[in-house]
Amino acid sequence: MADTADSADKGLLRFLTCGSVDDGKSTLIGRLLSDAHLIHDDQVMTLKDDSKRFGTVKGGIDFALLVDGLEAEREQGITIDVAYRYFQTEKRGFIVADTPGHEQYTRNMVTGASTASLAVILVDARKGILTQTRRHTFIAHLLGIRHVLLCVNKMDLVGFAEDTFREIETGYLQFTDNLDFESVTAVPVSALNGDNVTGKSAQIPWFNGKCVLDFLETVQVDAGKDRTGARLPVQWVCRPDGDFRGFAGTVAGAILKPGDAVRIEPDGAETHIQAIENEGEKLDEAVPGQAVMVTLADHVDVARGDVIRHAESAMQTADQVQAHVVWMSENPMIPGRQYHLKLASAAARASITDLKYAININTLEHVAAKTLELNDVAVCNLSFDRRVAFDAYKDCPETGAFILIDRETNETVGAGMIDFALRRALNLTKQKLSLDKEMRAEALGQKPAVLWFTGLSGAGKSTVANIVDQKLRLAGRHTYMLDGDNVRHGLNRDLGFTDADRVENIRRIAEVAKLFVDAGMIVLVSAISPFRSDRDMARDLLQPGEFFEIHIDASLATCEARDPKGLYARARKGEIANFTGISSPYEPPAKPELRIDADTTAPEAAADLVLALLARD
Amino acid sequence: MSSLSNLQRLESESIHILREVAASFERPVLMYSIGKDSSVLLHLAMKAFHPAKPPFPLLHVDTTWKFKEMIAFRDERVRELGLDLIVHVNEDGLRRGISPIKSGATVHTDVMKTEALKQALSLHKIDCAIGGARRDEEKSRAKERVMSFRDVNHGWNPRRQRPELWNLYNCRVNPGESVRAFPLSNWTEIDVWNYIRAESIPVVPLYFAAERPVVERDGQLIMADDERLEIKPGETVRTEKVRFRTLGCYPLTAAVRSDAADIDAVIAETRAATNSERQGRIIDFDQAASMEKKKREGYF
Repeated sequence: MADTADSADKGLLRFLTCGSVDDGKSTLIGRLLSDAHLIHDDQVMTLKDDSKRFGTVKGGIDFALLVDGLEAEREQGITIDVAYRYFQTEKRGFIVADTPGHEQYTRNMVTGASTASLAVILVDARKGILTQTRRHTFIAHLLGIRHVLLCVNKMDLVGFAEDTFREIETGYLQFTDNLDFESVTAVPVSALNGDNVTGKSAQIPWFNGKCVLDFLETVQVDAGKDRTGARLPVQWVCRPDGDFRGFAGTVAGAILKPGDAVRIEPDGAETHIQAIENEGEKLDEAVPGQAVMVTLADHVDVARGDVIRHAESAMQTADQVQAHVVWMSENPMIPGRQYHLKLASAAARASITDLKYAININTLEHVAAKTLELNDVAVCNLSFDRRVAFDAYKDCPETGAFILIDRETNETVGAGMIDFALRRALNLTKQKLSLDKEMRAEALGQKPAVLWFTGLSGAGKSTVANIVDQKLRLAGRHTYMLDGDNVRHGLNRDLGFTDADRVENIRRIAEVAKLFVDAGMIVLVSAISPFRSDRDMARDLLQPGEFFEIHIDASLATCEARDPKGLYARARKGEIANFTGISSPYEPPAKPELRIDADTTAPEAAADLVLALLARD
Repeated sequence: MSSLSNLQRLESESIHILREVAASFERPVLMYSIGKDSSVLLHLAMKAFHPAKPPFPLLHVDTTWKFKEMIAFRDERVRELGLDLIVHVNEDGLRRGISPIKSGATVHTDVMKTEALKQALSLHKIDCAIGGARRDEEKSRAKERVMSFRDVNHGWNPRRQRPELWNLYNCRVNPGESVRAFPLSNWTEIDVWNYIRAESIPVVPLYFAAERPVVERDGQLIMADDERLEIKPGETVRTEKVRFRTLGCYPLTAAVRSDAADIDAVIAETRAATNSERQGRIIDFDQAASMEKKKREGYF
């Protein structure tokens, strides 16, 4: 692209501002925009009007209202989401992510920090470094931000005293000493009055450093990168005709040039970069952050999700990793549950296999945890359903970051930063067996399957399953029955009825069912299995066509009237916690292989429907 | 290490987003509204997939009140680039006689733009509509995601937006749900003009000052683009040297007096401007939060 326009030559700095409402964060941004003459007249008009209606500054303009956009925020006087602000000066373009400071909005700050290369952290000069200051600093560090500007605000309220500022500065430098930031700079300011914001303040003659704007315009954030070779996660394969085969993506890590030796991950094919193009124009090089189309010297298999990387700079490939995870959903993370993973352009299924510890983001202490709630930060082991190529997040964020997506709602529920690959799976080589599943099934003369009976307690799952079991036996089939209650007396006797334990309960039953299928058996599983995602997990363990989800669908009223074990009565009295249908949800199957209306179908008839289903297959 | 300029960074980010859309959605469409932002968006789409054509059609929701020059420009561009264009008009609204003059700006926009857009998206089973909106345009846009989720009724819930981290865009939707993708989210008005200049991107001539027939109405200059604009008693059509900072339905889009007849002059004028570009949009004036309201209801 031709860089003829003056402002096109400037670089771009993305920074994050953090601090609590009272620290004057939005006021600082408003002041930056206003004093740099970057606010339009009609915006000032609206602002003056808004200041009268919502403002917290008596008789003056409330600059915070420039930044706090959504209606709810304006009414409550707080910033609840991430707002992006844009301004340009003669020297640089800026994108500001303005994020809320309260602990309950940690996920918003994490979001803002993920694209920033510098953090502006505010403290109130009267209060000094608080728990929240440490929290904000830790999150900036966690997300790989390497430069911090500490704005000691409200200096006017401490009489512009140098001692106060120096004490805060020294304390902060001590705290950040063992977090590997490349630069930490402190500046005394008064955002409300504009001291040291866009120009040096006459009130603070003892300060020799740069004012906020001057600092932001000149700080170098690109130095010291280049920790890995080049990576090109392939987004899209371009094949307009038989001749051209291009691979589109955005370069990360280091400069990529034509002729460079590359390797395709995770499959491992090796070749060279033939050409790098931008709209047909051949480029001499592509720098990190640049979106390009490359062609390769040899015809190798490359698909979306693969990474083209410098041959001499290895990436890790594994199906198990350790990562820092930030939980972003009101629904808790439960170990063992499966989520969609997006890592660069690669997609996989992932589950957290081991929650090693959560981090108290105020004290940085490690704490034991069984689940993760909204805004929790933890160190976890994750397992993927396939091998994925990646780098450690600290070396290359573009190939070391991932998001987790709920499989039902498609919400983004988690964000992760990979620490390293876990080699466990590689050391544990699978024993090669001389008899395989097909041979075992053939010896039994049947097609192995799992009949998964799900439904409320008392719906009649075990009754129907028992009849099916007997009829299959009479027909000469080899079967085994896994009853949820019975399994809880042995294999799963260490598990309770919390959501996390229910997930683990189902995971173990599913794994055992899979072993029986490997042995050629027809397995009947009778378990409430209330969560859809867990039944899907069981389905995913098996081959297509092996899993039959059978919903024994009885109304809660029917089950409660039957109450064969007296459990509903006890649950109603509050004697049993987390009872499905009463105090814990049941998620009915969306597309079961068979749904039996148990309110109107007798067990014998229901069993015949199941047998008919098997026979049809 | 050499690094990218501001515009190169923005260009790369937008191309990355366009490619994610193409790779992730089944039936994406590029909302082509013929304005300068759409022109940049189209240019970026041509770049992102070169030498292939963009793997999605263009969609223009035509209110039937666009400037004549806009429609001519649209047809010319589509023909030149050899792209597919879907034009959708809310025929029901047309039959009901909805017009910006008789029905007022709010009703007209609601029926002929918002409703029409929803119709088109449902009709063509669109799971992702790519738009040229920028976060710097308006405060509630400042918090909108790049991949902005819409429920089955095309509604936007600002309080339940998906967190959006790094450049890892969540493109997953269930049947009937959709996403509005905004590749120009991080661009500013001046970036758009600088890019148009740097890349010599064609734009509708209405953006450049010329002698045009206008009437002054409620303190705004409205162009008499065709005979449907009734001239009220006391009003006169005068020829003035004007241009437009933003383009929409001609009775709802105010002109500004200007001598900026070429791109350099437009950039100089934009830099010096003391009013934001949306001031020329008559529908935005109700109250500060009006855009958020419209967007919740499905407006772009």
